[in-house]
Amino acid sequence: MKRLDRSGRHPVRIVLNGMPEEGFAEPRMLLTDFLRHEVGATGTHVACEHGVCGACTVRIDGKAVRACLVLAVQADGAEIETIEGLAEADGSFGPLQQAFHENFALQCGFCTPGFLMSLSEYLEKNPDPTVEEIKVALSGNLCRCTGYHEIINASLDAARALRERRGQTG
Amino acid sequence: MKPAPFDYVRAECLEEAVAALAEHGDEARILAGGQSLMPMLNMRLVRPEVLVDIGGLPDLAQIEDEGETVAIGAAVTQGGLADWPGLASALPVVAAALPHVGHFQTRNRGTVCGSICHADPSSELPLCLALLGGEVDLHSARGVRTVPADEFQQGVLTTAKEPDELAVRARLPKARQGERFAFLEFQHRHGDFAVVAVAAKRSGDAVSLAVGGVADRPEVCRWDALPGDALDDALNDLAWALGGSDDIHATARHRRQLVRHLGKQAIEATAAGGAGA
Repeated sequence: MKRLDRSGRHPVRIVLNGMPEEGFAEPRMLLTDFLRHEVGATGTHVACEHGVCGACTVRIDGKAVRACLVLAVQADGAEIETIEGLAEADGSFGPLQQAFHENFALQCGFCTPGFLMSLSEYLEKNPDPTVEEIKVALSGNLCRCTGYHEIINASLDAARALRERRGQTG
Repeated sequence: MKPAPFDYVRAECLEEAVAALAEHGDEARILAGGQSLMPMLNMRLVRPEVLVDIGGLPDLAQIEDEGETVAIGAAVTQGGLADWPGLASALPVVAAALPHVGHFQTRNRGTVCGSICHADPSSELPLCLALLGGEVDLHSARGVRTVPADEFQQGVLTTAKEPDELAVRARLPKARQGERFAFLEFQHRHGDFAVVAVAAKRSGDAVSLAVGGVADRPEVCRWDALPGDALDDALNDLAWALGGSDDIHATARHRRQLVRHLGKQAIEATAAGGAGA
């Protein structure tokens, strides 16, 4: 049985977007704060901090989850993907980012990392979704700027681009 | 907000988790998927001294077809159950309810047993447990006991589980030949808690209807026979008997109307076919 004392700062090792990272966390530290303040990956945004808004969505071992509802110590040893990992190797936009850019699917951009990380898993499970399916899939991500229409259009475009890419590679 | 400080124990087997609960009693809370507990920790609605994490335990992550029942281990996520190939035929009402449990991102971590133990009166999985007459296995250093659904959930966020007990698995009876099921709920936005949720089961002439979101726990009403001309009166009686109250989401009157409306739709759906074995 592994017991971590409340006042101690305990080592947490993760693989973040393919790169090993290490930091220290009290047991109560949320994964959001660990990513932002220990690792310095500030692309994951913090808003409601109780699992309602989806702004902090990241992927843990492939699954899209709310990082504010995960303790850093729970993520020890996990592979984590964040918005910082979505760009191409040369730094240009990946298909999800490009589709949001082209469709004006963000205004202030605060919620965007969460939307993209949700879609990143969802479009792997459902590569050719309907508008209704996208609405349900994205119902756990809140955007107070766009009114969602552009986000849905961008999601359809991104799904198409990802299908084409998959078709090309194999 | 951030949680208040606590010690964190990662149990490596069931016995360790039970021992940690025996040591700390009501100062400890079990952490499995954390999708109900973590919001309460973040808002400091609960301030446990110790969290006992059972999320990684492989022996609790099993879904077992036991013949007449399906046993769902405490570390099985809602998404994991939704992906279980036998779900639609063994537990059609659960298959219909799961897409309404939170969002896919919370189902990726949230556990079936965690939802049952959290015991929110409008939650879908406790409603299914009540309709099907399932049971919950509780382990503690004092021993093992099995509690039927009707005795397990006692009220708002209140169950028969003692502070030193761990809900190890929930056991749900499988659909039998000829049984028909339906699940419906009204919510303001997809993924919100249901204002009213209903689950219906038809077995021959007998009809059962479980209603969540009105009383302080899911309540099940069973009729030996419910001919079409008796349906409206029966549901009206039920709507009043459940004794819902006004809150920020809906008035008691709105809830009664939802019981009549959704109850009728669900019961008629089981007659028309519904989801069956």
